[in-house]
Parts: sequence; structure tokens; C-alpha cells
Amino acid sequence: MNILYFLIGCSVLLALIFLIAFFWAMKNGQNDDTYTPGVRILFDDDIPNENNK
Amino acid sequence: MNNLSPQAEIKASTQCYHCGNDCPDEQYHFDEKEFCCIGCQSVYQILSENQLCNYYAYNNTPGKTQSDKLSHYDYLDEPKIAGALVDYTDDTISIITFYIPAIHCSSCLWLLEHLYKINSSIVSSRIDFLKKQVSITFKHHEFSLRELVIMLSSIGYEPVISLQDVVKEQNKASDRDLIKKIAVAGFCFGNVMLLSFPEYFGLASFEHQFKSFFGWLNLVFAIPVVFYSGRDYFISAWKNLRNKVLNLDFPLALGIAIMFIRSVFEIVSGTGAGFVDTLCGLVFFLLIGRWVQQRTYHHLSFERDYRSYFPVAVTLLTEDTEKPIPMDELKVGDRILIRNNEVIPADTILMKGDAVIDFSFVTGESSPVQKVLGEVVYAGGRQINEAIELEVIKPVSQSYLTSLWNNEAFEGKRKKMDTFSDTVSRYFSVVLLLIAFGAAAIWWIIGENIKAWESFTAVLIIACPCALALSSPFTLSAVLSIFDRNKFYLKNTAVVEQMARINTLVFDKTGTITAPEGFKISFEGDLNFEEKCLISSLARNSGHPLSREMVKWIKINEYFPVNSYKEIPGKGIEGIVKNKLVRIGSASFLNINSVKTDTGTVYIQIDDHYAGYFSFRQRWRPGLKELFGKLSKSLGMHLLSGDQDTEREFLLPAFPWEDQMHFKQSPQNKLDYIKSLQQNNKMVMMLGDGLNDAGALKQSDLGIAVTDNINNFSPGCDAILDGAGFEKLPRFIKQAKDAVKVIHISFGISLTYNVIGLFFAVQGLLSPLFAAILMPLSTVTIISFTSIATHLFARKNKLT
Repeated sequence: MNILYFLIGCSVLLALIFLIAFFWAMKNGQNDDTYTPGVRILFDDDIPNENNK
Repeated sequence: MNNLSPQAEIKASTQCYHCGNDCPDEQYHFDEKEFCCIGCQSVYQILSENQLCNYYAYNNTPGKTQSDKLSHYDYLDEPKIAGALVDYTDDTISIITFYIPAIHCSSCLWLLEHLYKINSSIVSSRIDFLKKQVSITFKHHEFSLRELVIMLSSIGYEPVISLQDVVKEQNKASDRDLIKKIAVAGFCFGNVMLLSFPEYFGLASFEHQFKSFFGWLNLVFAIPVVFYSGRDYFISAWKNLRNKVLNLDFPLALGIAIMFIRSVFEIVSGTGAGFVDTLCGLVFFLLIGRWVQQRTYHHLSFERDYRSYFPVAVTLLTEDTEKPIPMDELKVGDRILIRNNEVIPADTILMKGDAVIDFSFVTGESSPVQKVLGEVVYAGGRQINEAIELEVIKPVSQSYLTSLWNNEAFEGKRKKMDTFSDTVSRYFSVVLLLIAFGAAAIWWIIGENIKAWESFTAVLIIACPCALALSSPFTLSAVLSIFDRNKFYLKNTAVVEQMARINTLVFDKTGTITAPEGFKISFEGDLNFEEKCLISSLARNSGHPLSREMVKWIKINEYFPVNSYKEIPGKGIEGIVKNKLVRIGSASFLNINSVKTDTGTVYIQIDDHYAGYFSFRQRWRPGLKELFGKLSKSLGMHLLSGDQDTEREFLLPAFPWEDQMHFKQSPQNKLDYIKSLQQNNKMVMMLGDGLNDAGALKQSDLGIAVTDNINNFSPGCDAILDGAGFEKLPRFIKQAKDAVKVIHISFGISLTYNVIGLFFAVQGLLSPLFAAILMPLSTVTIISFTSIATHLFARKNKLT
């Protein structure tokens, strides 16, 4: 059962990595604007040059 | 998003391709498209030249009407001013963030992020849609700040340039800090729960070696939770204790501290598992409650004051040059140039030019005032005629508006109203301490010292008012989002409770209870078709609002040429149409006896023959009478107006409390009136339209700015109400009262949980497992109860 010590160490380490990743994302402002990117992704890359309505 | 209804598309043939307004008769054609004005057309031209017509593909008629604005941006070339505006600059590039109220749909987003196609000196641009901000990186050597702003204006996105409130970095920092604390607390909570399960479910004998290992690990996780995430509770409790106030943070901090101490004690001594699981969960939920409470609307600025309406710079006239200087460098004796549509930034004397000043900002009076040379012109007015020259007699900080804003009456702290939870927590803490010490004392007398310690700590742990602390924020923020959907924006959650206590309402007239569409017109006299044409032909030359209303009322699209047209501001207009002299204006202008003393009367004279008069009456918001009727059942009603009292008789049917209706009120009068109401122990809610009521709005217990354009106008107030939601006012008040009811009930529920827990705690029977179940259970009950109850009440009040 001593393997448990190792496994728990691994799981805590993994969780810590995620926590650090979250902090990094916060610092980069990834959570500042949660609305705009969702709209931005829907835009076409190129301009189809017909705009007849 | 702003998709137009299918109806709008059917009428598309007469609609402006850019902004969707109805096109007038002389349509502007370009590229087989129709435009309502040259402004819209030129925006389209710019976009099509740069292959940006996708703008029109994402939404129908995404533009905003382009009224001709003649802003001058010369001051942006002044390095000092530009330096204060940009966020970052180095040798080649600059970054600047603009607040652009016109941002409203995905087309705006697309266009503003493709600015580099219009000018290659723009490196990139990013929009923050909800805040209506765009930050632009550009090469400032090739493309100056001024050119950038002019380009934005030319495509219909004129930024609001102000040194005051545009970008609010501070808020962001504290918000991020809280989220970090939540993340840490959540991380630790999850791990601790996992490590506590074996203890809860029981360990087999051969697994006992893990017990102390898990315990120590839990302790390690508890340290950041207590000393980092929970830090604010200790600080706040300590501060309040020093001010001799017992708020809810005190029992919370006490609970956290006791839980930590007992856990350390048990784990170190190996006598138990401690309460680390409950501790981490508690802090985590509490922080989430705090985060919910802090939610604000980034796109609305509640703190904006008159200074943000003032220009950033003024044009200073020296011997032979014009030079823009920053506002705060303005000195007494400086000569400044104010162009058409610019705001006068300081108290001044008119030196040159024809001044016609619109003081609606300051006094609420809608008709412009004419000033003669040598007269004093107060700050805050807007020049609506040619450019004028003024000499400064009082710099900005001492001017009229500033003195109003700095008035001690509303600089001094507003009497802070106790929220319900403040009141409860005072008693709660005292009762809690009594029970804890009482239980400990009884066990100690019996002689069971360990039991005494156990029961004392258990009481403080189990009674930790987590659910209590969450009921207010969750209820109030649910109300906030319901109000938000109904276009009623509150500054923060405390405003809801304030609203529930209001017993007196004070209304401002212009802009608040009047409809934005303007006037109700009636004509006394006879006009034949030809005469109507004559009047309409003449009046359409004038930009005066009453003239435009007249043209709209006459509704004839036949116009004749007008010769020797003359407009005397504030008096009237005249001109020769079809060889007839037509004069429209006030009685004194036409040299006739006035029928009424109304300011809203316009007389018509054709070839010296008196033809009758138009009377203009302000139009009220729809359902005003019913609204007043409903509100007056439970609330005292008052009406204040800066205008003349000609409207009194028209208002009386809807507003029958004649002695509570006051006219000719200056901003200071309004403020004093509210103060006197408050001295009679009234809780006053003031509804005003903006800056000229700003003093009164701040003085009142709850100031609401009623506006038809929330993005442009948000003075210092507690709430902003969109004009369209005005008739829902009684329902908003009802909902606020219901919310307080919900809070009361949920306090009852969480107290019940506390009593159940206390029953075990005083006997010293509290096990970690029991605490770990009770605490989240009560929290979840409260959160779901408050949000469900609030939404049920909202449905009942028809606020969905």
C-alpha cells in the first residue's frame, strides 16, 4: 500500500499544475472578456466580394 | 444581438442601407443603395473602398445615424494631452484604449477589428464588446492619434475622449484578486475532501498508517485557505471590532480561526481528524458569495461626473495663434475660442461673437439663452451658434457646476443605511458567544474539561453563519440580473434593499416623465393648403426643434424656394416664400399681443396677416397617469421641474398633488428640497434625467437616472433606468420588497440549520463528518431557495 504515498503525491502535483495554469491564464487576461471571442470566432476569414442584399 | 425584426426588412426599400432610418424624399443613392443622409453614405463609401462590406453582411443596417458632428481634434496633436490618453508608447508604436458608445452588434466588432484594412499603420485592434472598448495599436509616426480619431469618427465610431473614467483598471485588479483566492480555496477544498473521505468512511486497521499522513496533508492545504483566501475576513472583522461594530465577518472569522486551531490541535496530538474539510468548504462558498455580490456592469459608469462631459482641451487664443491646451492649465484672463457645439469649460465673459448657449445641462431649461458682449457665461453651457471668444474669469475648479458637485451636502457621507444582515449579525454574534461560553461553563462546572473545550469550539464552528452570509448576496444578485433584463441597472446589490425601504418619490419633469419623442402640437386658427406649404417651406430651413416639429406636423412634401431667410435665435424666423413674407416666432417678434404666456407657443404671420398659433406641449411617457396612481397608493409623490410653470394645468390630471409640485427649481433648489424631506424622516427616491439633477440624485437616499440612452448618459447615481422601462417602476419596487422578504425567509432557514447543529454542539457531540455534511447542505439549500424564490416572485411581478 505504500504506493499510495507516491500516487497521492502525483495527484497533488497534477492538481497544482492546473492551478498554476489557471493563474497564468488569469494573468494573461484570458478571463477578462468572456463574450467577445465567442462572436469573433464566427467571422469568416475572407471577404466574399458579393454583398447583395 | 441586435437583429432586426422581419418587419423591418419588408420596408427595406425606404430604409437607409447603413442605419435603418427612414429615408427622406431626397434620397442619397450610391451603388444601388439608398441612404438617409450624406453621413451614412460616406461611411458606406469608405467601407466599400476598403472592401469592408462584410460589415453589412453580419447584420441588417448595423450603422448608427450619422448626424453631422463638427468636433475638432486639433488638441490631440498636443504631446501632453496625447501622452495622458495613450496606454503605452515607445519609439514606433502606441496603444490606446477608446470607449466607443456606438458599439452594439457583431458588425461593429468585425469592422473595428479590421481597421488595419483601412489604414496599414494600424497594427491591430481588439474589442471588448461588453465594455464597449476598443484598444488599438498603431504606428504613431505614420498615423497620428488625431488622424486615428478622425478615421474612427468618419466610419461612425466616434470615441468618447475623456481623461476621467474611460478605462477602469482598479476594479479589474480587485476582481482578479478575488478570483485567485477562490481558485486557491477551491483547489484546496477539492483535495481535502478527497483526503478526508477515508476518515469518514472508516479505515481498515492496516490502513491506519495513512491516517496521520492524510491529516498532515490536510493541514498543509488548510494553511493557504486560512492565511491567503480567508485573510479578508480577519482583516474586516478586526477593523470592525476596532470601530466597535459587530458585523457578520466577526463570527465568520471566529469560526475560521477556531476551526483551524482545533484541527491543528487534533491532528498534531493525533486525537482526531479535525475540521479541515468544513473549513475549506466554508471559505470557498463564502468567497463565491462575495464574488456574486461584486458583479457589476462594466459598460455602465455610475461615477461619471460633469467633468467627463467637458472637453479634454480648449483652444487658447494668444496674440496671433490658436493653441489647444489641457483644461487644467486654464488660467484667469485666458482668452479661449469656443466653436459651435462645444461646451464652455469655465466661467467666462463673452468678448466676441454671437453667443446662443444651451444650458440644458445645468438648468434643465430646454430653450437656449442669448448672451450679449460683456455678459458672464457660466460653465456647462453649450454654444449652438458661431464660434465665440471668451475670457476666463474663474478657472474650472471654482465654477458653478463644480461648486455644486463639491457642495458639502453631498460630498459629506450619505447616511449609511444598515442592511438587514448588518442588523441581524449584531445580535447573532452576541447570542453565539453567550451560547459558546455557556456550554463551556456548564461542562467545566460538571468537571469535564475536555468536553468544555470541545463544546465551546463546536458551537463556534457549527454556528459559523455561512448560509446566513450567502443569503443576501445570492438573493440580491438574482434581483439585479432580473432588473438588468428589464433595462434597470443598479450600481450594486445594496441598492435593492435601499429601494425596498423607500416611502417618498421625487420626480424631475423634463426627460424623466416626458417622452423622448417630444411635443404634442396643436394649431389654433385656420390654414389652407397653400399656407401650410408656405409655413413648412420656411420652417424646414431652421434647425430649431420646434421648427422641425412643425414641419413634421404639417406633413406636406411640397416645398417652395425661400428668399431672404433670416433666423433670430430665441425669437423666430422669417423669409419670403412665393412673394409672401412669412414670419414665424414669438409674440414679441411678430409685434402682436400674445394669447397666452406660454413659452411653448409659436405664432404665424403671413404678409402682415395673423394666421394663428401653434402650441407645443410636452408629451408624457405612456401610462404616466396610471403609473402615478399606482405609486401614490403606498408612496408620497413630489414633482420638481426646472421649467416654467406653464405645464401645471396639463400635469394636474395625472399628478393631482398640487402643493407637492414645484416649478422653476434650480439644481440647488432641488437638492435643498430633498434635504428638507429627509429631515422629516422620509426615505427619498429621486428620479431625474441627469446632470442638472446630479446634486439631488446624490442627496436622495436612492437616486435613479432615467435616460433614453444609457450609454451616453450616466451621472453619479445609484441606478440607471432606461426610459422604456419607466412604466415598470411600481413592479421594480414590489420586486425589491419581495427580495427583502426572501432574505428574511432564508435567514430563518439558515438559523434552523444552526439550531440543529447547536443542539449537537453544546453536548460536545459534533463529529467532523456531521459538520462536513451540514455545512454544504445548508449552503446549497440557501442558494437554491433564494434563486428559485426570487425568480418566482419576478414571474409574479411580471418581470421576466
